[in-house]
Amino acid sequence: MNALPLILTVFVACAVEAVEALTIVLATGITREWKSTFQGMAVALVVLAVITAAVGPAISYLPLTALRLVVGALLAIFGLQWLRKAVLRATGYKALHDEASAYLREVAAAKEAAVERRRGVSDWYSFTLAFKGVLLEGLEVVFIVITFGDNQKNIGAAVIGAAAAIIVVTLTGIAVRAPLTKVPENWMKFAVGVMLTSFGTFWGAEGAGVAWPGNDAALLVLVPVVALVAAGYIFWLRSRQGGAAAAPAKESEVVG
Amino acid sequence: MKYLKSFGAFWYDFIIGDDWHVAALIVAGLALTALLTHAAHVNAWWLLPLVAFAALGWSLHRATDFRK
Repeated sequence: MNALPLILTVFVACAVEAVEALTIVLATGITREWKSTFQGMAVALVVLAVITAAVGPAISYLPLTALRLVVGALLAIFGLQWLRKAVLRATGYKALHDEASAYLREVAAAKEAAVERRRGVSDWYSFTLAFKGVLLEGLEVVFIVITFGDNQKNIGAAVIGAAAAIIVVTLTGIAVRAPLTKVPENWMKFAVGVMLTSFGTFWGAEGAGVAWPGNDAALLVLVPVVALVAAGYIFWLRSRQGGAAAAPAKESEVVG
Repeated sequence: MKYLKSFGAFWYDFIIGDDWHVAALIVAGLALTALLTHAAHVNAWWLLPLVAFAALGWSLHRATDFRK
């Protein structure tokens, strides 16, 4: 497979995660204290590096068939989660993940928390918030880079996509010093959900022993079909909403 | 014990997410695909996409069926 689709897929997926991490870091740093926020970020990055160093090489020792089966299943499950959320948000059944309101929530919580010095960190609240935010979003980035890179035997291209996303989002965040509210996050998540589901289904079925018609070219059909089916579900839910009275937003907002 | 529970909850939420039925259906779909391919010698490449579409549709229906 050409490296460009791999780089673009990883770039978009990682950009979404980086935007979410940036919102948490900005809210903490601006409201509380930058030093403890950077310490939390730095420790999270070290933990991520350790996890990557431990898991990455271990995965590459797995036989390709077993790797594709396990990783395909995980990616398909992961992708369907993203698609489910994106469809529910697009149809109003779930509140849109609004970075501006997420930022305001974080700021309000950060203002209320007491300053506590612990383990050499001057503001433990800022440290833990930045640590958790960067670790959680970073884990998703690591998962995407390792699974996509390893399956395509091109970790380098996946790392380039992820690094470019993190650099672009970080530089933009530094430039505007505010959460990136203009990013069409739900549609990016929809696109990433389509890619993860398509690749996961493709690799999972290959791992289970099937031979796809046209080999890798089957992905050129699978990706648009998954997108069309997911778009079809959006139309279905919207038409159902039109038939019934105003549908309540059934699911509350969660991170992610 | 508390840390172990929250560690498990974190990974459950990270991998399985909001609806465990989707994960269960994908695993079942893969098992059936492997069975058809290896035991019945049917090249069932079409099965997993169908299972994925059905799982998504069913999960969306369950999440939005406000008559319950």
